[in-house]
This record gives sequence, C-alpha cells and structure tokens, in this order.
Amino acid sequence: MDLLRFATAGSVDDGKSTLIGRLLYDSKSIFSDQLEGVERASREMGSEYTELSLLTDGLRAEREQGITIDVAYRYFATPVRKFIIADTPGHIQYTRNMVTGASTADLAIVLVDARKGLVEQSRRHAFLVSLLQVPHLVLAINKMDLVGYSQQVFEDIRREFTEFAAKLQIADLTFIPVSALHGDNVVDRSENMSWYEGASLLNHLENVYIASDRNLVDGRFPVQYVIRPHSSKFHDYRGYAGKIAGGVMRTGDEIIVLPSGLPSRISSIETADGPVDEAFAPMSVTVRLEDDIDISRGDMICRPHNQPRVMQDVDAMITWMGDKPMRPGAKLGIKHTTRRTRAFIKELQYELDVNTLHRDESATELKLNAIGRVRLRTTTPLLADEYLRNRETGGFILIDEDTNDTVGAGMILAS
Amino acid sequence: MNDAAESPRRILSQLEVLESEAIYIIREVVAEVERPAMMFSGGKDSIVMLHLARKAFAPVSVPFPILHVDTGHNFPEVLEFRDKVVAQNGLNLVVGSVQDAIDRGVVREEPNGSRNRIQTPVLLETAEKHGFNALLGGARRDEEKARAKERIFSFRDEFGQWDPKKQRPELWNLFNARVHLGESIRVFPLSNWTELDIWEYIAAEGIEVPSIYYAHEREVFERNGMLFAANDLCRPRAREKTFVASVRYRTVGDATLTAAVRSDADTVELVLEEVASTRITERGATRGDDRVSEAAMEDRKKEGYF
Repeated sequence: MDLLRFATAGSVDDGKSTLIGRLLYDSKSIFSDQLEGVERASREMGSEYTELSLLTDGLRAEREQGITIDVAYRYFATPVRKFIIADTPGHIQYTRNMVTGASTADLAIVLVDARKGLVEQSRRHAFLVSLLQVPHLVLAINKMDLVGYSQQVFEDIRREFTEFAAKLQIADLTFIPVSALHGDNVVDRSENMSWYEGASLLNHLENVYIASDRNLVDGRFPVQYVIRPHSSKFHDYRGYAGKIAGGVMRTGDEIIVLPSGLPSRISSIETADGPVDEAFAPMSVTVRLEDDIDISRGDMICRPHNQPRVMQDVDAMITWMGDKPMRPGAKLGIKHTTRRTRAFIKELQYELDVNTLHRDESATELKLNAIGRVRLRTTTPLLADEYLRNRETGGFILIDEDTNDTVGAGMILAS
Repeated sequence: MNDAAESPRRILSQLEVLESEAIYIIREVVAEVERPAMMFSGGKDSIVMLHLARKAFAPVSVPFPILHVDTGHNFPEVLEFRDKVVAQNGLNLVVGSVQDAIDRGVVREEPNGSRNRIQTPVLLETAEKHGFNALLGGARRDEEKARAKERIFSFRDEFGQWDPKKQRPELWNLFNARVHLGESIRVFPLSNWTELDIWEYIAAEGIEVPSIYYAHEREVFERNGMLFAANDLCRPRAREKTFVASVRYRTVGDATLTAAVRSDADTVELVLEEVASTRITERGATRGDDRVSEAAMEDRKKEGYF
C-alpha cells in the first residue's frame, strides 16, 4: 500500500470541512466516539444534519471564535491507499497555511461553491498550488445539490477555470462535481449527475498516479549527518547519512562531492537492515565512499555529469510569513536542504498580486502573506536546482535571526 | 543515466515512507541541536521511536540520553521492560521522578490521585537540570484534536508552553530547530503515523512490546464504561464489583487512569486485526485523563505537557 498526501483549500463556506468529514465518514474512518461527539455537538447547535464539519474542528480557541487557526493533519486509509490530509484554513493566514500544507502534498483539492462560481479565493488557491508545484490539482465544484445538479453550471465553471489555469503551471487538472453534504461523487458515483462520467473524488484519490512525480533523474544526496563510530570495532568506518533528494544512487556509481568537487565512487549504500543495491527518493540511507575525503553536513553527493548549480546569487519567488515586512537589505538565516547559512536581500524585483497575477515593480516591501520575486546573496553557496525541476533541492526557508521564527519560504528560479 | 525511462516503478510502501521520514527527523535533531534527549515511557509509540533512533545511527549506538518521567503509577511490566531495553542497548537513562518531586514539595498530589497533570513540572525540571533543549516524543497527530495541529518541530517558550497561535510554518522537510537559551523544541518523529501504522510496523519489524499490550486475564472493575485493573493504585469503590476478564491495554499511561479493553488478541497478528477493525479511538477507549473536558489535551499541552 502506498501513501498519498493531499492538501485541501477553501473557506468554511465552501464546505471544505464537510467534504473532509464526508470522506472520513463514508470511508468508515471515523471512530464511533468521534462521531458521537459530533452528533452531540450538532444537536446542541440545533442542526438537523450531523455536522460533519465538526469532525475537523480542533482547538477550543477555534470553536469559540468559529475560525480555523492552523493546518490540521488527518489520516485515513482505504484498501488501496493510505492518505494524509493537510487541511488548510482558507481565510486566516491563508498563504502561510496553504504553502505549509501544499509544500509536501502530492495533490491539492480546491473547493468552489457551485452557486458562486470562481471567486478571488479560488484563483488565489490555484495560484498557490501552482507556485508550490503540487503535481495534481482537483477542482471540486461543491454544493451541486443547490444548483439542481446542473451540468451547465459545472461546464461554465470548468471553462472559466481552464482559461485561468492556462496562465499557471499545473501539470494535471481534474474537475469533479460534488455535494459534500449529501455525498454525491465523494465516495460513490452520484445518481443525481448521470451526465458526469468521471471518477468519484475518493476513486480519483485512490488511483491518481504519483510515482513519476518525483525526480528520479538527477542524483542528489544532501549529506545530513556523518556517522563515525568511536570504537575499535568500527575503526575506519565513515558513513554519510541522509535522505535521497533526487535520482537513483547505486553501489559502484561514480560521484562527485560538492562544493569541494572531489570525485569518488559509492562503495556501499547501507541501512540498519543491511546494504541495498540502489536508493531513490525519499529513502533515508547511509552512503559510503571508496575514498576517504572530507565531507560534512550540508555537502551534496551527486553525479559528475549531472550537478546542481553552485550559487550565491539566488533568484527566487518568496512567500513572506513574518509579521514585520521584508525589505531589501534585510539579513536573514537561510536553510536549504541540510545547509544552513545567511542571506542578504539584495533586491525586490516585484510583488505579485495573487488575484490578478499583476506584477507590481514599484513595491518596496513584502508584507505578511505577500509573494514576490527576490534576488538574494548568500554568505556560502547553495547547491541547488530550479524548484520546477526538484522541490527538494529548489526550496528553502528564511529565518529571522533575532526571533528564530520561520519568516519566509523561497522557490528557486532559473536565472 | 536514463534512470526514469528504464526504471521499475520504485514505489515505497507507506511504512517505508514513514520510517524514512522518522529517521530523517531524528537525524536532523542530532545534527542541529546541542543537547537532545528522547522521551521514553515504555509505551508502544516510544518503543517504536527508539527502534527508529537505533536504525538512524547504526552501527553507532543512539547518541542521546533517554528520559523517563516516572509517575510512580506504573504497570510493573512496563518498568521491567524499560530496564531491559536500557540494558540491552547500552542506553543512558535519565529518570525524573514524580514521587520525588512530591516529597520535595515541588508538586502537590491532585485530589483525584492522578499524576498526569503534575508530571509536567517534573518533565520541565528534569529537562532543565540536564540542559536538554530538544525533546523527542512519540506523540502522533491521529491521537487527539490538539495534536492534529501541532508541528513536527514544536517550539516551546522558556516555560515549556505550547502556543497554537504562534507555531512556526513548517515547509517541505526543512525544520527550524533554532531556539534561544531557555527555550526548547519538542520533536515528534511519529507525527504522521496512525495507531494501525505503529502495529503494522511492530509486526513487520518484530519489535518487542510489554506483555500488557497483549490479551491476558486480569481482575478488573468497570468505571465510566471503562475497565480498570483492580490493584493498590486503583481500588474499586463500594459498588464497583471486580471480575476476571480477558483484556489488553491499547495505551500505557498513568496506571490509575489507563483502562484496559476486552480482547482475546494475544498475538501481534490478532492485535493488528483488532486495531484494523476497531471503531473507537485509543484515547477514547482507554484514557480517563482526556475525558475531563473536551479540551483536556489542549490545556495540558499549553502547560508544557507532551
């Protein structure tokens, strides 16, 4: 059984919590004590339905204020697949939450209310999905029951969104008409929409092909930790522990270590269960080399003829998540793969309006939740790829060195 | 070079993905934090976490101490198990004793006899005494509503408190472990595991867990619809009749509060079957501590609980 991570985006009004509740409920992933709690709360609210949305309400502060504060993770499984849902709230701190949820997602579901059609928020969410390069997007057109299960409504929204999506980089786009409240096309195909010939949402989630979404071409092994036993039994042992970030590494492969540029060959790839012939993303392994060369955390093992760029001047799209705005001249901590260094914001090239995609070149700062193109200079080089080519070696976070908060996320662009 | 074209599909199972993720997280803590320690309760989650830590650094032994907050309300089987694991693996065990803290007047016994809440100051005191600025814990997000919203690297202020509104964004696999002096990080490598994943992993890896996780005969009584073991720590009240039943524990916590479930599952395969078909959450079934209020866990976490 494999694993699919997906993120959901949409506001409370779009019925997102109801949709997740429905997926959990209809796939029998709700436990009876959870359901009893929700039924009790629904009665207290005077609701005529079991409010499935209550299944995803987490914190007391949220229930009291009727808002969702943070990304919540949920888990369910069918006989086919295991699922991790990153449930991101749509209105409060939307960028910060959504990029967090989308950064590790294989697929994103953006909800649209069939009565309202595409709104600013739908475009914004789709843009963020594309910015974070989530490989698969599902536009779930919800509340179809409230538009008489009309094919025309569905087709209009589909046409409009397809036009908008042409401006974005979305690899795989699927439209599904649903009613989360009544369960149409969520787990089972709806009898109310015989005109719809596609899969139900759950069926799509179970079958969408994700194995080729990883980069299996460019060998990238960021060294995370050097294992060097201080015992006579393992006197000359030296192993480089880490998680493969791209490509396939095999025993016997010629490699080069960056930034030193020293060549060697892989003598073995080890795990606690014994050696393996090859390793690929996202395997955590320990790589050993034929030659004794100086390698430390933050270095990268790759192939001589396929190397990442060694860069100190970095062009990147930044989503800013700090309370204080980002301005050119700022000095920040940066973490990229297993490397930590410092960065200096040289230039804000433009701020992007996520609703219109308009580029504002007169912008002088990025406020909380703003997105812009930035050039920065790092104190030691990054060993990086374009984010479009590899999310693992193309993404970084920015850290405020006074507060230690994570204040920005960056996606490296081809310069 | 043309790997993708000729390749087999190279798909990892969900357990392989979760294992790799947890190993990566544990290694990241050791690489980035000066003085980490791993919480160990003797429960199945902390046993799995310790197993993963051993895998992460093989052939070297686990490079950090193991921290046990001893409530004094233990199942004897669990303490025995702890000592065996420590001895077998040459681990450095640090114990924070709640009884000792009560005797010293640092904390006061609660009227209901539960030591769940008062173990928090003991945890914080022990961590401070040893200078631990990162604590690895075996909590899972599927356990409880408040946990579902907690980061893998969860920042705590100088009082060990969690503020759900001030969590650091956590993108990709880039974890921010930086803290000021006095602050700390709790790290949860099993965040994305479910109870079923834990049992599937225990079965797949042949991991030993304390015997009370498997069905056995025990003298119990019923309270609030849950079955509690009748012993010195937990005495039945006047109208609570004791009887012998075949039970097992789904969680291991404060022995005065942790209930057993009726079960005949006395092997790991039978437990797996039972967990896969069960219709009630493990905390809902067995933890008196979470029943105190709807937001019981949230409140305890804000005070510095795991």
